[in-house]
Amino acid sequence: MTAAVREMRASYAFVERNFNLTKRYFGWELAFLVYNVAGALAISLIGKQFGNNRLLLSLMIGAVFWNYLSIIFSFIAETIAWERWEGTLEYTMMAPVRRATQLLGSTLYAVLYGLVHTTVVLAVLVLFFGLDMSRANLATGAVFMVVGSLSFIGIGMMAAILPLMYVERGAQMTFVLQSLLLLVSGVYYSVDILPGWMQVLSHISPATYVLDGVRRGLVDGLPVTSLFGDIWPLLVMAVVLIPLGVWAFGRAERYAKRTGKLKRVG
Amino acid sequence: MTTTLDPELKRLQVPATSSQPTNGRRRPAQAAADRPALLVQHVTKRFVVGRHRKPVQAIRDVSLRLEQGEIYGILGANGSGKSTLIRLVSGLLTLDEGRVEVFGLDLARQELAVKRLINRVSVDAAFFKKLSPAENLAFAARLYGLDPRAAAREAVAILARLGIAERRLGRPVEQMSRGMQQKVAIARALLTSPTLLLLDEPTTGLDPRSKLEVQAFVEEVRATHDTTIVLTTHDLAEADRLCARIGILDGGRLVAEATPAELKERVARERGLPPTLESVFMTYTGRSLDDDEETAEEEGD
Repeated sequence: MTAAVREMRASYAFVERNFNLTKRYFGWELAFLVYNVAGALAISLIGKQFGNNRLLLSLMIGAVFWNYLSIIFSFIAETIAWERWEGTLEYTMMAPVRRATQLLGSTLYAVLYGLVHTTVVLAVLVLFFGLDMSRANLATGAVFMVVGSLSFIGIGMMAAILPLMYVERGAQMTFVLQSLLLLVSGVYYSVDILPGWMQVLSHISPATYVLDGVRRGLVDGLPVTSLFGDIWPLLVMAVVLIPLGVWAFGRAERYAKRTGKLKRVG
Repeated sequence: MTTTLDPELKRLQVPATSSQPTNGRRRPAQAAADRPALLVQHVTKRFVVGRHRKPVQAIRDVSLRLEQGEIYGILGANGSGKSTLIRLVSGLLTLDEGRVEVFGLDLARQELAVKRLINRVSVDAAFFKKLSPAENLAFAARLYGLDPRAAAREAVAILARLGIAERRLGRPVEQMSRGMQQKVAIARALLTSPTLLLLDEPTTGLDPRSKLEVQAFVEEVRATHDTTIVLTTHDLAEADRLCARIGILDGGRLVAEATPAELKERVARERGLPPTLESVFMTYTGRSLDDDEETAEEEGD
């Protein structure tokens, strides 16, 4: 067996394990789905109150697709925190797999899980509001979800460093990063209303381009070919952030091995 | 069992499925493995505790040499560095000084290759507790490049030997007793056919029956495989029963190393103490039992 096939199989180990965990926590998964549907509905109803269908759609897309990006980010960022909590971190770290393989497996499952979750939430909201989606370009939405996932994977890998380096509070620190992305990415409002310095930050957040592209695709029905201005920054970010994430994770692992922070605490 | 190792590693790998004792015969692979199973040379590890405090030397200039098929016991008080040494050999900690080799493979430079040869059972059975033993073992099998179905059959056989029925394999690990969890952890380690097996207090906290079963199984592994085993334990009777040689760590230093019989004879001859491992332990760790209890409370090793 070639090394590549072996690494792919090892990667699949993380997909299969996470799928098994989802099955075992099925009750919690249902509760999480209800929580996300309720949150997205609550925000979208603001648009309904103003009787503005465009605002309703814009808020709905913000809520649903931010939820998707959050799932990707959290899944990867909490990979380490989860294993530390279960006490399996040392076992996984001493297995003969490359760290990129491990992160790829966790990432693949996060994307699959996020896609299923988001599709269900989106379907419930469309049915709830009785929206006519005949003008929406679903392909544009799907392309932006997939391309946007790549850069969020890179950011998630870097966020996963925090629980590795800060044993007690690292997991909570990833929420801070997530909330900053939420603030500057125009999830529920246009980034044009942000102060100038925050708008600069919005340009380096992949979520800004994902949400803009998805809105234009689903609300205005634009094809992805006319949204190159939103696609290329996402591709560039993915090309930069994923290798950077793997490299940074490796450095953090080295630090954790030097300082003894892989050991289970608590 | 189908393994998926590189030819070089496969040559060194020890089959876990063998039920035939070797009766002292050398396996073909053994000739290639005349290098020591584990070579630890002048290893030192320091930790900095707190931002402005002096580094603590957890391991000080420790050197060991283990031959293939040997069971080597490491004894020491709480905080003496036993688990740190196991973590260093596992690649879970980086070395500050020195060198570790497993069958001639350098841990620092050939980490992945070394990891394919070793496995570890720690004092806490490390599982996703909501998953079943079967699911946890399938995960381990895939990580080590094994065929999950073949590994599952192998796991059933190993666990049956350890007294765990096949019907238990589908239930979450959290529903098993600690002793059963530890047996599953041992089965998981053996599934990967480790050439070097690191057992870090594997019987701590087990009831007497489970402890005896695990000890008997370790003896069986020694009899039927060429696996080299490093065993840390606080159970002196266990060390006496299982280990061909024992090293005693105190304050991160290897202060004594010999066969159990030689160590006992030495303290009897030199100190006039009863020829027991208790005497050996007290002599070389330089503490009373009360000191150890206080240290355990402070350090929780």
